[in-house]
Amino acid sequence: MSVNSTAHAFATARSEDRAALVGYLPAGFPDVQGSIDAMRTMVSAGCDVIEIGLPYSDPVMDGPTIQAAAQQALEQKTRTTDVLRVVEAVAATGTPTVVMTYWNPVERYGVERFATDLASAGGAGLITPDITPDSGAEWIAAADDRDLDKIFLVAPSSTDERIAMTTANCRGFVYATAVMGVTGTRSTTSDLAGPLVARTKATTDLPVGVGLGVSNGAQAREIAQFADGVIVGSAFVRVLQEHSADRAAGLRALGALTEDLARGVRR
Amino acid sequence: MSGMGDESRFGADERGFFGNFGGRFMPEALIAALDELDVAWRDAMADEAFVKSFDDILADYAGAPSKLYHAERLSAQHGARILLKREDLNHTGAHKIRNVLGQALLTKRMGKTRVIAETGAGQHGVASATAAAYFGLDCTVYMGAVDTRRQALNVARMQMLGAEVIAVESGSATLKDAINEALREWVASVDHTAYLFGTAAGPHPFPSMVRDFCRGIGDEAREQCLEQFGRLPDAVTACVGGGSNAIGLFTAFLEDEDVAIYGFEPGGDGVETGRHAATIFAGESGVLHGARTFVLQDQDGQTVESHSISAGLDYPGVGPQHSHLAQVGRARYLPVTDAEAMDAMALLARTEGIIPAIESAHALAGTLKLIPDLVAQHGPEATVIVNLSGRGDKDMGTAIEWFGLGRSDDETGDPR
Repeated sequence: MSVNSTAHAFATARSEDRAALVGYLPAGFPDVQGSIDAMRTMVSAGCDVIEIGLPYSDPVMDGPTIQAAAQQALEQKTRTTDVLRVVEAVAATGTPTVVMTYWNPVERYGVERFATDLASAGGAGLITPDITPDSGAEWIAAADDRDLDKIFLVAPSSTDERIAMTTANCRGFVYATAVMGVTGTRSTTSDLAGPLVARTKATTDLPVGVGLGVSNGAQAREIAQFADGVIVGSAFVRVLQEHSADRAAGLRALGALTEDLARGVRR
Repeated sequence: MSGMGDESRFGADERGFFGNFGGRFMPEALIAALDELDVAWRDAMADEAFVKSFDDILADYAGAPSKLYHAERLSAQHGARILLKREDLNHTGAHKIRNVLGQALLTKRMGKTRVIAETGAGQHGVASATAAAYFGLDCTVYMGAVDTRRQALNVARMQMLGAEVIAVESGSATLKDAINEALREWVASVDHTAYLFGTAAGPHPFPSMVRDFCRGIGDEAREQCLEQFGRLPDAVTACVGGGSNAIGLFTAFLEDEDVAIYGFEPGGDGVETGRHAATIFAGESGVLHGARTFVLQDQDGQTVESHSISAGLDYPGVGPQHSHLAQVGRARYLPVTDAEAMDAMALLARTEGIIPAIESAHALAGTLKLIPDLVAQHGPEATVIVNLSGRGDKDMGTAIEWFGLGRSDDETGDPR
């Protein structure tokens, strides 16, 4: 297990008897350099894994907050090659870095070529929200050739059979989308999360990360009781949106939120 | 409805692939719902009572079979026999009523109480609201905010029918974004809600299911042509946006090797200008809204905004079965510009007293360009069936502007 794999980060967290904190931002938001600065801030303030969003024109799994950020990144002409540049800059910190991407940009770039360039940028793998293992043979083969993490999603509506099929095809960790709905911060955590994590863990030894709109340390602590990782996205995006006029203040607020969440995952 | 399903070489395999196209590229959260729908649809299609019930509703409520009308003046003018499949005379004014009645009937059978739908210009939204009212289902329609402003009359129609209309502000605030939002909503409400998809695109089983509900168009036309003229047509033609009216017509003729099949795509300002929606003619293979198909996209795989004077054809993707029919050469897909379509709209109005939807005018315009070749091959008896998929009432606002008709201070397109 290489030190930049997500499994390593989860194992470290487990050895410290805590959950891992996975932080998401779209590449190119607020611009390419701004996204690099923000993700490095999240690394220094305590994120164990960075999830870099590849901005896409038709993000069916994202709520309005992340949609708006991705839209802004696209309006800044963020290209797939820019995303790989962001991966390289963030992975250079030594923190495992994965890309979260809808499928068409990868298919367009070329699956083999994307896997090669992601690996050479130091990326650990992909989270693929709109393909399932039964539609992802090409990616699975390309990832297996390069030992890249394949992070597929499970959902409360997944049957036990599908959860088993999905986890059998994952490497790194399993992404549990614990509300039936899209990304976005919520005021209460979902009671669907616990049972989903339990059903998932019954099929695999891989760590299970939960994404369901966590926005503060208290919610992170709640999820960390039963999950191996807490995935946070919209809350980070919102902090940057709220401080769009003052980048330095935005980074300070981002750091403060990360520290709050990092305390939360320490249970 | 005859010949349910399509197990032929032109149909989909178990996983919804038409050759290289189709499939199901979807979030895991929706797979259970798509599996449930797949089972329910296959089960319903194998149930004679369901099929009969659908046929009865089409006949008693929607007005099927629609007429196959020999446009004699137009035929005389162009030197070939031009037959119009009059889907414009259906209840709600287009072929779309077939699809929504089928899907809503299936929704009832599945025990769900609510439907959601996306709409571009509002036609599928109005049809969905109609079907929901007919079956007593709750209905929410997602419509791009840009489109709700362009098509306020259709928003009012949907509301009149009891539907809730939600304006979608994200992305380009048009049809593709309405689909994204409806898919998001479906993820959250899937246990009691069915998604009435508006065209023969999207993830499996939608392309095959929507085709099955629309294929009455072609089944009727084939029978009517044999009955009225004692022969099959030399060609069948339709406009193609997502492609539901086209696949509905084409399916009955796929195995008739002597019948040429043409789909006419929205060429907008002209394919060479980049402002068009000719997805098969000018797009490239990709994945959009859950299926591999031809997509208008940039070099990074981002969907490119499409352009057409016809809102109903203004979509950067296309049904995967059309991509397959194009790739294997069974059908040809050619672009028709805005200007050509508008000329055909006026021509049909003045020659036959029929104002077609601008969508359908694309099919007619393309057909007229085709006729010299058809006549060269088949002589003056050359026969072509054009799918007149909808009526043009909804397009009078556009026509007023294009042709400089009357005076309208009403940007909703209300022709009064």
